Amino acid sequence: MAQVEIKGVEKVYPNGFKAIHGVDIDIAEGEFVVLVGPSGCGKSTLLRMVAGLERVTAGTIRIGERVVNDLEPAQRDIAMVFQNYALYPHMSVFNNMAYGLKIRGMSKAEIADRVQKAAEILELSSEQLTRRPNQLSGGQRQRVAMGRAIVREPSVFLFDEPLSNLDAKLRVQMRVEIKKLQERLGITSIYVTHDQVEAMTLGHRLMVLNEGNVEQLGTPIELYEKPASQFVAGFIGSPSMNFMDARIGAGGDTVELPGGVSLPLDGAGGREPGRAVVLGIRPEHLEATTGSDVASLRVDLVELLGADTLIHGHFGDDKADMTVRLQGTSTLRPGDLYPCAVDPAHLHLFDPDSGRRI
Amino acid sequence: MVENRPLLTLFSHLVLILGVLVVAFPIWITFVASSHDAVRMTQVPLPLLPGSHFFDNLWQALTEGVGNVKEVSVGTMLLNSLAMALMISIGKIAISLLSAYAIVYFRFPFRMGFFWMIFITLMLPVEVRILPTFKVVADLGMLNNYWGLSIPLIASATATFMFRQVFLTIPDELLEAARIDGAGPLRFFADILVPMSRTNIAALFVIMFIYGWNQYLWPLLITQDKDMYTIVMSIKQMTEASEESPEWHMIMMTTLLAMIPPVVVVVTMQKLFVKGLTETEK
Ligand SMILES: Nc1ncnc2c1ncn2[C@@H]1O[C@H](COP(=O)(O)OP(=O)(O)OP(=O)(O)O)[C@@H](O)[C@H]1O
Ligand SMILES: [Mg+2]
Repeated sequence: MAQVEIKGVEKVYPNGFKAIHGVDIDIAEGEFVVLVGPSGCGKSTLLRMVAGLERVTAGTIRIGERVVNDLEPAQRDIAMVFQNYALYPHMSVFNNMAYGLKIRGMSKAEIADRVQKAAEILELSSEQLTRRPNQLSGGQRQRVAMGRAIVREPSVFLFDEPLSNLDAKLRVQMRVEIKKLQERLGITSIYVTHDQVEAMTLGHRLMVLNEGNVEQLGTPIELYEKPASQFVAGFIGSPSMNFMDARIGAGGDTVELPGGVSLPLDGAGGREPGRAVVLGIRPEHLEATTGSDVASLRVDLVELLGADTLIHGHFGDDKADMTVRLQGTSTLRPGDLYPCAVDPAHLHLFDPDSGRRI
Repeated sequence: MVENRPLLTLFSHLVLILGVLVVAFPIWITFVASSHDAVRMTQVPLPLLPGSHFFDNLWQALTEGVGNVKEVSVGTMLLNSLAMALMISIGKIAISLLSAYAIVYFRFPFRMGFFWMIFITLMLPVEVRILPTFKVVADLGMLNNYWGLSIPLIASATATFMFRQVFLTIPDELLEAARIDGAGPLRFFADILVPMSRTNIAALFVIMFIYGWNQYLWPLLITQDKDMYTIVMSIKQMTEASEESPEWHMIMMTTLLAMIPPVVVVVTMQKLFVKGLTETEK
């Protein structure tokens, strides 16, 4: 176990492409940090720099007390789980897990002991230990990959989208297991995913990356409640947040939608009247109301999901498509009006140019 | 094919049987001829059924030699051929594994230059460069020994390309996993790459063994010392008896013996061989 400190890290690939524009984060001992972002944003690049598979162009990476910039992966005391598992196809499951330990020159008895323990934790039977990886199911291979990481007893676990090759159900199950395992072993972990549900449920803290820049770093709840930018707001939460162009009202305490709808804002400060903004509202925050000064949504489409209902519609003349999430099943039909209100605390305003939160 | 038409089945069987006969009949004749004595082989019609001298002939061939290559026994020739074929196939595999490893996994200066140099050797088989190669081998004092027989045939680009192709199909993540496990370049090569290319190595071994075994022109050129004669080139010499008529029964025995090692290699490595040529998934 160790803390990880990433300071001003940048990455320029040999072809001149700048994949990481400077990342800073201190990861505490035993913390679970998730790197999340859309495809190509540099998550894997950052993780691979921590692993030592990719050279660091600028900045320092510290694991425990050591600066590891120039150390080989094997000397960094890390273990990594790959997206495609990267199991050695010609070795038995046992040997897959034992290989790294053998290279370290560990005694046979201790290797057997460690592999046995890991197999127990991961519920791999001793018969399965003798099989080749291609004789295992996807989920079992995933466990073996985890096992290979566990037996090393590293200071840091690195995961690069370890669940993306599993089917939806197994993914949920393994997600829970990874979470439990990390809590039980208390090993500092960095986890890469583009799945925001995985990110929200697994991480103590999330780092949202966008084109090599850190958009926001915070706990899942912070990201959900106070997204620092329109990008984060759109990325975190499912279905994603509704955005519309709007304007601050004359009094500075309301926000005016193009359809003539006006919503009250809470608090004050920095909101010059007439300023153009992007308004963000999460689907689950457009609540049904019977009040008087309400906005009415014209329903275009209703999706019944069982536990929830998704309603797609628009306000008045405004063309922007809005999504609403209602609990349970709803009786609304396309063409109906859905009167709704939003708690002012759940309105998010963003600058139309920079995308930053106002 | 899932078609089930009796006539078609019959027809395809006929074709196959015909094919087998075409291949098997000369071999049968060889066997029959090798089991008669010299006198019977000079009378017409030639026998179609085996005679009773098979083991006498076998013993004589293995210990004494045949016709105008009397000085060296077929047993010695077999050993020479075996040594040459093994040295060629093992040497080729070792060298091409290493060079493919270098080309695929290392970034060294002039990497592509070396790659193309290896590529160009494809256009220069031994037959094309036979005189200069002979000169080099002679200058190096490798005439009349196993080194001279095998080394010039070891260098080849085909095997290097085959292994390059194999290595390119091995996912990078495996190399990365090995690096994290602490495997250095040599360990990665020995523990991961070579075992993973196992079937391809077997396939190449079979092909190269037969290639080496069947060499004719090169051994003919490089061996003046009869102790170094290989079996395939000697068969030709045996038929060139100047005074007496060729000893056909012994020549056929030699031919039979020359066929056995390649057959043994193919049969024992058949499974791996087929896998190595067809398997694509890693
Ligand atoms: N070896 C390389 N040379 C040049 N550019 C690269 C290299 N590897 C990755 N990139 C670029 O760097 C950027 C970040 O890549 P990275 O693999 O880190 O993305 P990612 O966030 O992991 O995406 P994904 O979710 O699809 O795995 C991409 O634009 C990619 O094209
Ligand atoms: Mg990635």
